[in-house]
Amino acid sequence: MSKNSKSKNNSEGKRDFLIISTYTMAGIGAAAVAWPLIDQMNPAADTLALASTEVDLSSLEEGQAITVTWRGKPVFVRHRTPEEIKLAKEVSLDDMRHPETDEERAPNEKFIVLVGVCTHLGCVPLGQKSGDVKGEYGGWFCPCHGSHYDHSGRIRKGPAPTNLAIPSYEFLSDNLIKIG
Amino acid sequence: MNNSSSNFLLVNILKLFLFLIIFFISKTSIAASEKIVYPQLDWSFSGILGTFDRASQQRGLQVYKEVCSGCHGMRLLAYRNLKALGYNEDEIKAFAAENSVNTINDDGEVVERPARPSDRFVSPYPNDKAARAANGGAYPPDLSLIVKARPDGANYLHALLTGYVDAPAEKKVPDGMYYNKYYSGKLIGMPQPLYDDGVEYADGTKATPDQMAKDVTAFLAWASEPEMEERKQLGITVILFLLVLTTLSYFAMKQIWAPVKNR
Amino acid sequence: MSKSKFKNPVVKWIDHRLPIFSFMDHELNHYPTPKNLNYFWNFGSLAGFALVTMIISGIVLSMNYTAHVDYAFDSVERIMRDVNHGWLIRYIHMNGASFFFIVVYIHIFRGLYYGSYKAPRELLWILGVLILLLMMATAFMGYVLPWGQMSFWGATVITNLFSAIPFVGESIVTWLWGGFSVDNSTLNRFFSLHFVLPFVIVGVVILHLVALHRFGSNNPIGIDVRGTQDTLPFHPYYTIKDLFGLGIFLTFFSSAVFFFPNFMGHPDNYIEANPMVTPAHIVPEWYFLPFYAILRAIPDKLGGVLFMFGAIAVLFILPWLDRSPIRSSQFRPIFKFFFWVLLLDCILLGYLGAMPAEGIYVILSRIATAYYFFHFLVLFPLLPYIEKTKPLPISIAEPILSGGATASAFAVREKK
Repeated sequence: MSKNSKSKNNSEGKRDFLIISTYTMAGIGAAAVAWPLIDQMNPAADTLALASTEVDLSSLEEGQAITVTWRGKPVFVRHRTPEEIKLAKEVSLDDMRHPETDEERAPNEKFIVLVGVCTHLGCVPLGQKSGDVKGEYGGWFCPCHGSHYDHSGRIRKGPAPTNLAIPSYEFLSDNLIKIG
Repeated sequence: MNNSSSNFLLVNILKLFLFLIIFFISKTSIAASEKIVYPQLDWSFSGILGTFDRASQQRGLQVYKEVCSGCHGMRLLAYRNLKALGYNEDEIKAFAAENSVNTINDDGEVVERPARPSDRFVSPYPNDKAARAANGGAYPPDLSLIVKARPDGANYLHALLTGYVDAPAEKKVPDGMYYNKYYSGKLIGMPQPLYDDGVEYADGTKATPDQMAKDVTAFLAWASEPEMEERKQLGITVILFLLVLTTLSYFAMKQIWAPVKNR
Repeated sequence: MSKSKFKNPVVKWIDHRLPIFSFMDHELNHYPTPKNLNYFWNFGSLAGFALVTMIISGIVLSMNYTAHVDYAFDSVERIMRDVNHGWLIRYIHMNGASFFFIVVYIHIFRGLYYGSYKAPRELLWILGVLILLLMMATAFMGYVLPWGQMSFWGATVITNLFSAIPFVGESIVTWLWGGFSVDNSTLNRFFSLHFVLPFVIVGVVILHLVALHRFGSNNPIGIDVRGTQDTLPFHPYYTIKDLFGLGIFLTFFSSAVFFFPNFMGHPDNYIEANPMVTPAHIVPEWYFLPFYAILRAIPDKLGGVLFMFGAIAVLFILPWLDRSPIRSSQFRPIFKFFFWVLLLDCILLGYLGAMPAEGIYVILSRIATAYYFFHFLVLFPLLPYIEKTKPLPISIAEPILSGGATASAFAVREKK
């Protein structure tokens, strides 16, 4: 036992630059290996390349809404009535949690396009079907924890921190949009 | 002392026996092998530092598209992958859009739409059975992995594509079969695919069968191992790191062990 | 043992209640290790490293793999082409299996050469053979998962081995398959077992280490450790030596992964499984080749299977086949000679396993198989009666030859 501890003390005295750098380098190598193992859980190339979705809105009448799938998530498209547009545009932004004008959110005022995922904890809000509860502001209502969204998809009441997200999309023609 | 010398004699006699056995085995096993030998070409992508030749690959893609793709699919490759050959997004979009894929419209009907970069290469036949039926029972294999799926794949492919010669008089070639000196059994269901000027290269390279075979092989080698260049590059970094680490640890070991060894 | 071994108060608090730090300090830091170990003793820790590498890369692969006959092949190719660093992880796992076997085979032959299986380390050896068996089962089932031609036909051939069992063979094979051929049910259960068996291996490895630490490592001289003058603490002497060995190992391993990833594989496994067409020349993975050669050497179905499993079964009873009290071949000239013959015999069997079963190869396979069993079942028990051994040194620290010391040197001693 005494010899063991003596040799150990010797070696501790010798823990100089060479030995420390060896162990450090081994540590760096081990850390570098961790990256591929973590990164493999990020979206793969085929997932990232997933097709964009084209939506034909010609049969969507005023006041109606459709839900399409994009990247595995629901996207809401609502053809708003003039009255709804007016409400969305005239409301004061002052008491909003996440103030954004309707012009920013709907470049083409007839159609509002939203990612249909509540910004609170990811439920899909109600309000797409005619019989759905639409909440106190007439837009969408999340049944999970009671978030109320207006005609522009802005959060007005409830726990959600931000407005419903707007996906990247463009109008290919008057009635054809491409999401993604 | 007597003991160890008897051991010595015994061990040496046994060693002699062993040597004779090994000699006998090595003689017989060499004689027993007989193989088709493919010409060994000097590929740009072989070797530790080898990389793909973009121009050759692009020509190879053209050969695949104009000659092979009538019968052979490449279902594991996506149009977006062509970016690695040096094409830009618009070129890839246009290339993909020449093909069409089935999709289901909102009324539940199967309709065709132009292929997109995210789609996989469209196969010429809807399924294996259709492929067989259209080719007299011979299945034209998918080419996505062909270079990795054959021993000495690149040389084999080049040899096969240029291996069509007149059958020797004694060999009977049945209808629908073709004589190829590099195919096992020498009779293949695929007619000779490559002829002089079978395609017209945009870069002015003379389209001889040998050139086309080399180009399409370069393209297919990439399709089999699209990760190859990245793999080799990372490999060199890793090996250099390990050599430094191993050298360091060797001297660290010597240092730690010095008091023990010198005692 | 002083109570205040640890300075860190948190460590101290935990260790008082859960002596995990004392345990690690005792088993990995102070653990007395013979001072004369050569580089062949690196392969135990390398095998442990390989096991951990296989488990980690395997878990990561399983996140991207689909165990269904229609999707398995394509999901592996998706890993190779689309998943971030997927090709790297898959090539590590694929080549890792081969390197795991290389390391373990060297580890086994080291044990054979230096008599590491002898008393009091019989159970240590038996647990090791059990690990080998589990590794083989795991490797076999893992090879089925990519669902290539070799996967499918390997699975068909190996599961059919069980049909050799009289009376119940066919029922057992149907049970293994969960159907009437290797199919989706087979793939699913193989995936499940391939995932779980490595953790069983970890369990047996822990037992292997417990058994090892009971009497400590054997050593090149093969005589017992007599006291602290013969040993060194594991850390830093053997941690740094293992790190150096690991560096060498990783350099070879990385060369394979990055530059020759398919060298040890078979091209046919890049063709999707086709139950209607058997490849012209099917061979198992290289690490099964010696056993495959034994299987084919016997002209009888049941006999072949029995001999193949017998080749591993003899390893289980090895400690009782070799009764010589001297461990290391250094002091057994005839044993040493035949050790090399056995090694060559196994390499020859491996070569023959890869060759077609015809002509000279069949005859050679039979000779090599006969020698394998002769070596273990006849030579080992007889040698102690014929062989004149060399005198053993008195101790590891003072390797002075003395003929008179032989008798006492191999008496089993309790370490202090």
